[in-house]
Amino acid sequence: MSDLPSSGRHLLSLISTHNLTLRLNGQTVLEDINIAIEAGEIVTIVGPNGSGKSSLLRVLIGALKPTSGSVKRAPDLRIGYVPQKLQIDATLPLTVRGFLNLPRRQSSGVVAAALTQAGVSDLAKKQMADLSGGQFQRVLLARALLDKPDILILDEATQGLDQPGSAAFYRQIEDVRSEMGCAVLMVSHDLHVVMAASDRVLCLNGHVCCEGTPEIVADAPEYRALFGTGTQGALALYRHEHTHSHDHDHDHDHIHEAHDAG
Amino acid sequence: MLDDFLIRAALAGIGVALAAAPLGCFVVWRRMAYFGDATSHAALLGVALALSLELPVFGGVLLVSLAMALIVSGLNGRSISTDALLGVMAHGALAIGLVAVSLLPNQRVDLSTYLFGEILAVTRADLLIIWGGATVSVVLLIWRWQALLAATLNPDLATASGVNPRREQLILTLALALTVAVALKVVGALLIAAMLIIPAAAARPFSRSPETMAIMAAIIGTVSALGGLAASFIFDTPTGPSIVSTAAILFAISAGVAPALRR
Repeated sequence: MSDLPSSGRHLLSLISTHNLTLRLNGQTVLEDINIAIEAGEIVTIVGPNGSGKSSLLRVLIGALKPTSGSVKRAPDLRIGYVPQKLQIDATLPLTVRGFLNLPRRQSSGVVAAALTQAGVSDLAKKQMADLSGGQFQRVLLARALLDKPDILILDEATQGLDQPGSAAFYRQIEDVRSEMGCAVLMVSHDLHVVMAASDRVLCLNGHVCCEGTPEIVADAPEYRALFGTGTQGALALYRHEHTHSHDHDHDHDHIHEAHDAG
Repeated sequence: MLDDFLIRAALAGIGVALAAAPLGCFVVWRRMAYFGDATSHAALLGVALALSLELPVFGGVLLVSLAMALIVSGLNGRSISTDALLGVMAHGALAIGLVAVSLLPNQRVDLSTYLFGEILAVTRADLLIIWGGATVSVVLLIWRWQALLAATLNPDLATASGVNPRREQLILTLALALTVAVALKVVGALLIAAMLIIPAAAARPFSRSPETMAIMAAIIGTVSALGGLAASFIFDTPTGPSIVSTAAILFAISAGVAPALRR
């Protein structure tokens, strides 16, 4: 698809990259990336550790400048970003409400609405330091929803959550998408859960190896070369029975081993 | 009228405490203690520079501290472990400053004045500089408060919401250099960083928001300045160290009652 005459397609895209290359500390992290995210779709980026997933997201939000190539954002695009990890120093006292008022003060109605949408309506007065992992991620989500984003960008948002916790989190994301109609772009290690929830999957390893619907990517030889065939069974399992999850941790471990080996 | 120098000293101490409080909170939140050390130690080099060029001391200190703060905040962005590097900068600046002052042809310079401050010798002109600098620093921080907090939490998150973390870092750097230049006369180069960190750290257990922590730090800093001044008057001890000692005692008390405050 990246070979298509791009102008017409990319004019409609929320965000797109054109021959994007990124070098960090002398190493090529991303090479010749051409992707486009359209309004309302859920796109997941999968790839082994060090494949440039987080870097790609950081380029998209503007935290990193591409070495060559370009990033195009739709005019007045509102981005809601959920970072991979947010370490709040223990010396910084901050309530959930205070956190949601950074960097711009919001009306209490807007704050309450965002917390409700993220499924944590009763946490406004809690200290950020007292939240559980799942609550913390939902507060991050609520913060990303404040500005009524056109696109939600999530970087491994369920890291540190257990299997039911991350599954519940992704269901929340789907609810948010159907309620607000925003596009969702996320990076994840939870391949089976995430891929099943996605409209489109991008498999990244410095460059885009393959992309398409979850089924197409899971069958692609490039994807299998990176992740083995184990995940396909998990994907099928997920599709077959949503609540049946006792094998997932096992598969998950395998995936990590595959990353480390590669 | 007899106590006029004491009133001037008290006003100078309060001015520094107020400037140091909000800035000190950011130094603590961002784990920039060494950053404060390096910048305040560089003040000594500024003194040497100002005296040798016959410039006003305040100007020389501001210039050199700002240069040091800019260098250090430039290092901060790199991926190398900066802890040791900052230690080198902090102590290197102090040593080179001491050497530079000793090399001055005019041997009338009293080193301890610059190392430990000379709050009892504060003049009206000094007060003007202290309160002027403190006001600029505090206004700067209040103006950028929300953006600074966002950048402190997470640079990427700040970027995604339209805040430039590098610019906010620059604002902090500027406020830090200004506060160092202002505080030199009051507590001296060695203990400026203490006035930044100790009141903020002592304020932490009593605070449920960043704003209350800054206000509590200002109160604790003010009490330290006045208490230290009184103690130095009563016990005939050096004033700058007495102020910092008072702050340290308040911190110990705060740390002692902290577990009881946590439910």
